[in-house]
This record gives sequence, structure tokens and C-alpha cells, in this order.
Amino acid sequence: MSADIKITVVDREGVPHELIAPTDMNMNLMEVCKSYELPVKGTCGGMAMCASCHCYIESAHELNAPSDDEEDMLDQAFFVEDNSRLGCQIFMKPEYEGLMVRLAEESE
Amino acid sequence: MKCHLIDFLPQPGGQLTEIYPKKPIYDIPGYPVVMAGELVDNLMEQIKPFNPGFTLGESALSIEETDDHCFIVTTDKGTQHKAPSVAIAGGLGVFTPRKPPIEGLTEFEEKGVDYIVRDPEKYRGKRVVISGGGDSALDWTVFLADVASEVSLVHRRTSFRGHLDTVDKVHELAQNGKVKLITNAEVVDVHGQSELDRVTIKIKGAEDLSMECEHWLPLFGLTPTLGPIGDWGLEIEKNAIVVDNATDYRTNRVGIYAIGDVNTYPGKLKLILCGFHEATIMVQSAFKRAFPDKKLSFKYTTVMGGVGSLE
Repeated sequence: MSADIKITVVDREGVPHELIAPTDMNMNLMEVCKSYELPVKGTCGGMAMCASCHCYIESAHELNAPSDDEEDMLDQAFFVEDNSRLGCQIFMKPEYEGLMVRLAEESE
Repeated sequence: MKCHLIDFLPQPGGQLTEIYPKKPIYDIPGYPVVMAGELVDNLMEQIKPFNPGFTLGESALSIEETDDHCFIVTTDKGTQHKAPSVAIAGGLGVFTPRKPPIEGLTEFEEKGVDYIVRDPEKYRGKRVVISGGGDSALDWTVFLADVASEVSLVHRRTSFRGHLDTVDKVHELAQNGKVKLITNAEVVDVHGQSELDRVTIKIKGAEDLSMECEHWLPLFGLTPTLGPIGDWGLEIEKNAIVVDNATDYRTNRVGIYAIGDVNTYPGKLKLILCGFHEATIMVQSAFKRAFPDKKLSFKYTTVMGGVGSLE
């Protein structure tokens, strides 16, 4: 049995949104944001190929390490910082309760 | 009725065959799991009896309406097709170079800033700055080291993710002083009167570097955009074509439809499943437009020959 977790997503205007994310559906952060109609495009459909879900991890959670595909994409994205990740590669888990992320500026 | 497919890619199937043919898909009815490439193979087999036409490796560039209410679509290679209806199923669109978000950058396009290397001879004897950490940036760094008078590679990180051989070669060139390697750095500004003559490079933990150069090649991969279809006089919203989902996925231009990932409407879901549905509805409408005086005899799926074929 997995419980829902509460996460905070700060949008590009600096407004925080508290979201409830299920952890038993293999949902990723991009999908969670989209389901709350936050302005995340998810152009490539979650394949780490477009960086439209680029975000910054603002809490101290230890997340799954980025895959080569994600690293490759972050190499090509803009406004990249040390805490940059692609939302589509972060899958909701009970350990991520309280996760806080900030959406990165859109580059196009 | 006959359908003709124009696709810029060398094979039909779009993203499924081009980007992720080996990726499993789990949401196609009737298939608990199917590989993307296999799904397209099956679709090709299924449409064979209807004998569709294919123009592959050409991009649909322009559309022109004729006096008899048909359309002529012209490709980048000049091929023309005439039809009473056109359905745009362009998916994510065409892949174009990703442009760094630098103010005034577009003014230097073709005036020192190139996103794609078309003719390396252009850079002979010139000072070139290359940005990026992927294969393209590394390959051109190696190649232009022997062509340009000076090559600087600027990369946001210290490690490179290209092919190991090329990465080694770039390091070797840097050690021999043939290439200037600037890591943990990023080009943040471009300068010049009418032509590019200098870029500003921001380096982590150091002062900004001003570097004179005739060319800057930002090689940051490709990103999908609507491309030439964006100029077809269609209503566009957030890089997607607005359609009427209450009727037949028509656009604001009578006779032009948009189906699949390329369209948008309230409640739009970008799923292969929804693309199939949209195509089915669209084709019924296209039939009525092609044969206004003929009755569409609707066949059920258990009848070989398919739904809605002309008797």
C-alpha cells in the first residue's frame, strides 16, 4: 500500500503550489505538474528529450540519480544549475514526501 | 478514397520509428505491451489493402488552395500533391536547432552565429567559438581545429558526454594547444556592429571572459517546432494547431484538418489512442468533402475492407 505524498512546486512567477501526488502509479513530476495544470509542457512525453520540464530541486531529498539520457539533455538545456533535473525523470516515491521544486525558466 | 502520406523522415511512423522504436508502449488497446516499431510495422501491414501513397524524405513546405477547392501541397524538393482535403499529422513538428536565450542573438544569425555547420570551409582561417558538450560540438571542434585559425570549446561542465574517442581527441588537442578548452563556462552575450566580433563567456567562480571571434557555433541539439506549417494561415496556440473537436478536427481553414499530437482543443490528450480516434472522425469528413454526392456506406470492423470504404 502506497500513500499519497505532498510536494511543493514553485511556478515561474514564484508562486508555490502544494500538490498531492500518488506514489503507486509510477507517475513522474512532469505528469503530476501537468495534472494540476501547471505550465509544464512535457513536449517529448517524458523521454528526457526536450527539457520543457526542467526544474530545480530546492529540498534536501536524495533523488534517483540522473540517467545518461537525462544528463545529455541537461547538457543541452539552458539555465542549468547544480540542482537542475528533468521533472519527467523523477518518479514519485513515498520517500519524496515534502519534496520542493522550482520550475526553470522556459527557453523557447 | 485514397490517402497519400508526406513525411520528412525516411520511413513512416514518426517518433515511434525515428526516436523510440524499441520502447515498449503500454496503452494501446488490445496490446498489454507492444514495441513502438512493431506497432508501426503492424499498422503498415493493416493499411496495405488500401494502397496508400508515400512521399518520404520530403518536408511539406507550402499549401495553396485551387479554384476547384482543392489544395496543392508542395514539398521542399518541389514535389506537388493535389487533394480536396489535407490532414496535418505532424506530431511534435520538425526538429530545429535549440537557440540559447541571449538577447539580440537572432541579429547575428548568418552574421557569425551558426547553429548548424553546413560548409566547414567558411571557417577557414577564422576564430571560432563552439558551445556544447555533445557529439556535434566535439566532432566539429576536432574537425575545425585544422581549418580555423583558433578554436575554443566552451562547455558548461568539466566532463563531456560524446563518444569516448572524440572526447580523448579533444583533450589531446587542448593539451597540444590546438584547441582552447573552457569548461564550467557558458557564452552569455554576443557583440559586434553588423557582424559578430566578440562573445562574453561566463566562467563559474571567475571573472567574465571577453573573447574575440568571427564565429560562434552554439551546438545544443534540436528541439521540435511547428516549422513551415506554422505559416499556413492556421490558428496556432502554444505551438499546436487549434481544431474543432466537437465536429471533425477541422482547422480554421475549410478542408484542412489537424490530428494527433500536432493539434490542440479543450481536454486534449496526447495519446496514440486519441490520434487513432481523431483520424477516424477526420476521414469521414474528408470523404464527404471529396465526394459530396456520394453516400458513405459505413462498414463495420468485422467486414474485411474496412470502415467507410467507397462501394
